[in-house]
Amino acid sequence: MKKLTPYLLVSPYLLHFLVFVAFPVGFSVVLTFHDWNIISPMKWVGLANYGRVFRDREFWQAVWNTLRFLVVHIPLQIAIALFLAELLNRTIRGAAFFRAAFFLPVIVSGVVVTILWQQLYSFNSGLLNRGLVGLGLGRVGWLDDPDVAMYSIAVMATWKNVGLYVILFLVGLQSVPEQYYEAADLEGATTWQKFRYITLPIINPTLFTVVVLSTIGGFSLFIEPYIMTEGGPLNSTLSAVMYIYKQAFQYYHMGYSATLGFCFALIILLVVVVQRRYVEREI
Amino acid sequence: MKPLRYILLTLAALTFIYPFVWMVSASLSSEAGLGSLTLLPIGASIQNYVTVFERIPLGRAFLNSLFVAVFTTGLVLISGAMVGYALARMTFRGRDAIFYLIIFTMTLPFQITLIPNYITMVKLGWVDSCLALIVPFALNSLSVLLFRQAFASLPQALIDAARIDGANELRIIFQILIPNILPTVLTITILTFMGLWNEALWPLIVIRDEATMTMPQLVTLFSVGGRADGQLGVKIAAAVLLALPIIILYLFFQKHFIRSMASSGMKD
Repeated sequence: MKKLTPYLLVSPYLLHFLVFVAFPVGFSVVLTFHDWNIISPMKWVGLANYGRVFRDREFWQAVWNTLRFLVVHIPLQIAIALFLAELLNRTIRGAAFFRAAFFLPVIVSGVVVTILWQQLYSFNSGLLNRGLVGLGLGRVGWLDDPDVAMYSIAVMATWKNVGLYVILFLVGLQSVPEQYYEAADLEGATTWQKFRYITLPIINPTLFTVVVLSTIGGFSLFIEPYIMTEGGPLNSTLSAVMYIYKQAFQYYHMGYSATLGFCFALIILLVVVVQRRYVEREI
Repeated sequence: MKPLRYILLTLAALTFIYPFVWMVSASLSSEAGLGSLTLLPIGASIQNYVTVFERIPLGRAFLNSLFVAVFTTGLVLISGAMVGYALARMTFRGRDAIFYLIIFTMTLPFQITLIPNYITMVKLGWVDSCLALIVPFALNSLSVLLFRQAFASLPQALIDAARIDGANELRIIFQILIPNILPTVLTITILTFMGLWNEALWPLIVIRDEATMTMPQLVTLFSVGGRADGQLGVKIAAAVLLALPIIILYLFFQKHFIRSMASSGMKD
């Protein structure tokens, strides 16, 4: 009995793992070799689904959209989060209030944030365009111009998430010993040099965390384009998860959408590996 | 230098807070009053809220969301504590293997499991049932790891004393040890509850029956479907109602929210 106890205690985990992790991973491998609409029997198609991914322009459009999202989202997020963390780092009075304020969008549902920003970005009545018109400038198609829409979503995602990264950077910054800066001051180092050679190397792990979490976030993007643009205009905001969703629940291509899931996961892995090498080499 | 820092910080804080204030005031404005940069509603009325409740069963969705989030969080705490305790305080064959499985699960992109998990729900007949919203989330890897870490930091004497008194493992976990790691319990509660409350993708996949829908799902469908009639104020009112419960919790547990999220971010 005594020997069994630990196994009884971990049994909920094992059961959950088998049903919701091991089985789906195994089954999705099987699915990628089949055509299936859930109702009729599965049809073996060999590697056809994989071949189709390579020729699927919408798939590559979704990958390209995610990369365009990340190119704006990651630098913006890091720059703003570092800047605010740096401001907060030496602030004592009111620091808790500011932190709480920055964090507010983080805890709120993406649905709320998207509906809010949809109004801000609206072409005719949005606050942003009203402001531009008020300044005597022309309207911008924040969500209507295919060259702009994905970047608008990237800015919104930055606004939503940046508070979390402020906190992460703050933890990193507070681990830098004050003596390092004092020593650098004695040597006559500039503010930039102090940032580049003292701060940056110490917060490097946090930087990598931010980059990876943002990348995963970019590939998980769903509700924002789903509500705001439904992937348009001209598929310019079609995201990876939206495309999987579309193939599965609009066309009932279960085999193909499982294949898409696999390929997107592979691309996430690839992007993260490249980022890791780059972040480690640069700093 | 110092005043400049406070000016910048205040501007930043306004950037994050003002949009929410605007949302509340816009939701209380007439359609004509929307789109201006106000603090107070223009032509104040609660018509938008009345319209929301007329068009969608938001009260029902609120109860569904609350039930799913509270019940599932309870299950996550129970399962996480049991597994975390076994991993931290017991030696048995396969313990390390289970630990690595947990790490593997955490790094696995959900894009891979999404479709097969949906098929599992279909085969179990759980589509349109709240079981589909609860069971897949009843255990999560992060909570197991956080419990494992917290249990590992407790003194062995605590456990030994309880054993001498004849307590079994479940009593040791839930009556003796849990009261000593309440901060971890709070962290897991906040992370799980918030994640479940805000989740929109999974409900969109497994629930089609309006009576079983959760709040974020219903508000999403209301917003993209034609039922808001393109009335911005009505959409915003629905969004305010969705945000309100979590913001109220945040006002009470602000520091814990921030600490919990930061600790999960560090672990990923």
